Amino acid sequence: MHMADALVSPAVGGAFWAVSSLTLYPCGRTTARRAAEGWGPLTGVLGAFVFAIQMINFSIPGTGSSGHLGGGLLLAILLGPQAAFLTLASVLAVQALFFADGGLLALGCNLFNMGLIPLFVAFPLVYRPLAARHRTAGTILAGVAALTLGAVAVAVETRLSGIAALPFRAFLAALVPIHMAIGLAEGLATAALVQFLRQARPELLAEAPAPRWRAAALVGLLALGTGGLLSWAASRAPDGLEWAVARVTATEPTATDPVHRALARAQEAAPMPGYALAGSKAPSRGQTSLAGVLGGLLTLALVALVAQVLRRFRKAHARP
Amino acid sequence: MLGPDAYLHLGALDALASGDSPVHRLDPRAKVLTTALFIVTVASFGRYEVAAMAPLALFPAVLMAVGDIEAGYLGRRILAALPFVLLVGALNPLLDRAPALRLGLLTVSWGWISFASILLRFALTVGAALILVATTSFDGVCLGMEKLGAPRVFTQQLGFLYRYAFLLVAETTRLARARTLRAFGRKAAPGEFATLAGQLLVRTWDRARRVHVAMLARGFNGAFPARAALAWDARDLLFTVAWASVFAAVRIWNLPALLAGLVAGGPG
Amino acid sequence: MTPPILEAEDLAYTYPDGTAALRGLSFRIEAGQSVALIGANGAGKSTLLLHLNGTASPTRGGLRITGLPVVKANLKQIRRLVGMVFQDPDDQLFMPTVAEDVAFGPINMGLAPEAVAARVRNALGEVDALPLAAKPAYRLSAGEKRRVAIATVLAMEPAILVMDEPTSGLDSRGRRHLIDLLRAFGHTKIIATHDLDLVLELCDRAIVLHEGAIVADGAPRTLFADSGLLATCHLELPLGMQGCPACGRPGSADPS
Repeated sequence: MHMADALVSPAVGGAFWAVSSLTLYPCGRTTARRAAEGWGPLTGVLGAFVFAIQMINFSIPGTGSSGHLGGGLLLAILLGPQAAFLTLASVLAVQALFFADGGLLALGCNLFNMGLIPLFVAFPLVYRPLAARHRTAGTILAGVAALTLGAVAVAVETRLSGIAALPFRAFLAALVPIHMAIGLAEGLATAALVQFLRQARPELLAEAPAPRWRAAALVGLLALGTGGLLSWAASRAPDGLEWAVARVTATEPTATDPVHRALARAQEAAPMPGYALAGSKAPSRGQTSLAGVLGGLLTLALVALVAQVLRRFRKAHARP
Repeated sequence: MLGPDAYLHLGALDALASGDSPVHRLDPRAKVLTTALFIVTVASFGRYEVAAMAPLALFPAVLMAVGDIEAGYLGRRILAALPFVLLVGALNPLLDRAPALRLGLLTVSWGWISFASILLRFALTVGAALILVATTSFDGVCLGMEKLGAPRVFTQQLGFLYRYAFLLVAETTRLARARTLRAFGRKAAPGEFATLAGQLLVRTWDRARRVHVAMLARGFNGAFPARAALAWDARDLLFTVAWASVFAAVRIWNLPALLAGLVAGGPG
Repeated sequence: MTPPILEAEDLAYTYPDGTAALRGLSFRIEAGQSVALIGANGAGKSTLLLHLNGTASPTRGGLRITGLPVVKANLKQIRRLVGMVFQDPDDQLFMPTVAEDVAFGPINMGLAPEAVAARVRNALGEVDALPLAAKPAYRLSAGEKRRVAIATVLAMEPAILVMDEPTSGLDSRGRRHLIDLLRAFGHTKIIATHDLDLVLELCDRAIVLHEGAIVADGAPRTLFADSGLLATCHLELPLGMQGCPACGRPGSADPS
């Protein structure tokens, strides 16, 4: 479910970075207040645990497919949503930096989808009300809810970014069933793990701070609303940044004049008559051309050349 | 999703980061800022722009060359992360079939162009992130983020996670292997997984307690010591400003088109 | 008369579930002594160590370090006097680099940056680990981790060095290196260990624990010669005192 930078626009990425950062600060403060109790190493080491446990797959009964433990719900049950958010943020950051599992611009989106939604929407609104008497069912339902909502969020963010050509409904139809199954797996695994702990080390389950789930739910819904609003506003000016750049420089984002001229000359001396440029459908696309492609290839070749020269230079002047 | 070789990869980038080069010696903040600007610039291109983005490849190329980073490892990491993006991006050629370019018998649709754009974006953004860690070290990136205003408790968290990730990945691999050796190809059921994960979780929690005891034994009183100050100098400023200008120039003017114009507009 | 550097009086600890871990221990340790704490697993060694720096509080009785009672009010002082090196070095090396780990203690003590840097240099020098200063902990070998863990404690310049199984997990070279290092330290040493040959080489006194009580306290050689004691406490004769398995000649060579 990790989104890559390749599919995210700066507007959407920025909007969700804002929402996620704004959530991170108070969560950080809440966790820091328990530093004297050892919550620094605890949240850190549990983050490493979540990171490591994601390597292990287990089978989902009845479906033949496998899942892995995302860890959000488990962390919320063990640490409370705020510390869990901080921990998940660190896990996602490491995944993005080292494994390209999620982009850096998209980090805000990923933290929103895989952190904020499970911890501040699913956990307080689904798990907590059921936890007293229907704990297992509550865990499973919360897992399904978290992943499903997360999948919807991915679809929305991708659509609003406008880089992938996906029709929204089709994307949703593809994502949601898969993620409901993943959510089921997550819920099952989390429930089983909590059950294990209840028998092996029940005192660990009592460590989480007293739940203020109404406050947590409020945070979640606020964040959902803000994220949605910001993204919608950003998408109102399609290719927003591009539009801004065009306004500033008073040109089309893809400059065509030198290309047109070059093309005219090239066509006069064309070795293969019959070259034609197809018209474009969408007004913002402008013209593309063989010359443009050529220019791109030439540029890459130049870049490679520069890199080679620099490397030789480095080797020749390398420090002892 | 990581495989059991996650352990190796965690250390590999950091090993690269222990090298020495003009890039390594830059202030982490300069590299973090420039990388952030780079990624935003890449992302800001329209969905059909491919060639116009190409000059941005200069950034990773130069950093790798001056930073003595070999392309092989980075290339493999990029490929490993490609599948999901391919899956999503591959729909573009299928859905967007309006023709954009004809080369004799071959017609290239807009869908293929946007797909190429996605691939290029992916390579550039992922490459930049990996190069950042490879030339700055994870700890350096954390330090840079902290000095740029990230909350201390968060960078502290990242530090602990990273420090113990190696141990935990090793322990997890051992536990998983011990199970696999007796499983005869059967995947773990959720209950089995819960026992395995549960043991690991309990051990991990106990370790956290022991670390806390060790911290107390060395006088810890709830406040983590501040980390060493960074020194920002003219080179760092030059690096940041120069690259920011390059990014802006590439974004504002379609340099490859100009280049093509120059070449095609030559004598002929 | 100066008080002993460490004095325990009827020190007892019972777990919440009722199991007695320490049954009223009383003993004194003078400055400069090198004392081994030996006994089978579960005899109470680790529990006792946790009391020495106030990590655990006794359910009865108490401890004094250089006359200062080990109570909550004095913990800051106590932890400066008693440097504890735990069994697993990975539990003690938690900062991004070795240098920062060694600096952790002095910084918490409130020392100025130059003083901290000097302590770090000295401590790393004492354990032959100066070249490792910029390395992260995960890149160290077991022996290196162990030495750096000791350095993190030495940097606080404690009066007493307490160690829990210092040679466990080390290969012969690491072990030898460690023993030579420890021999050179002038601190009062309290070492909980299963490695009885280490005791023979390093310690002038051994306290034997069995089921939470002290059953013997004296010179190691004398204690180990008592086969009845060894049997009761589930200990075996150290290699340095065992006879030759081939020719049967009794062991007696002084390893030092």
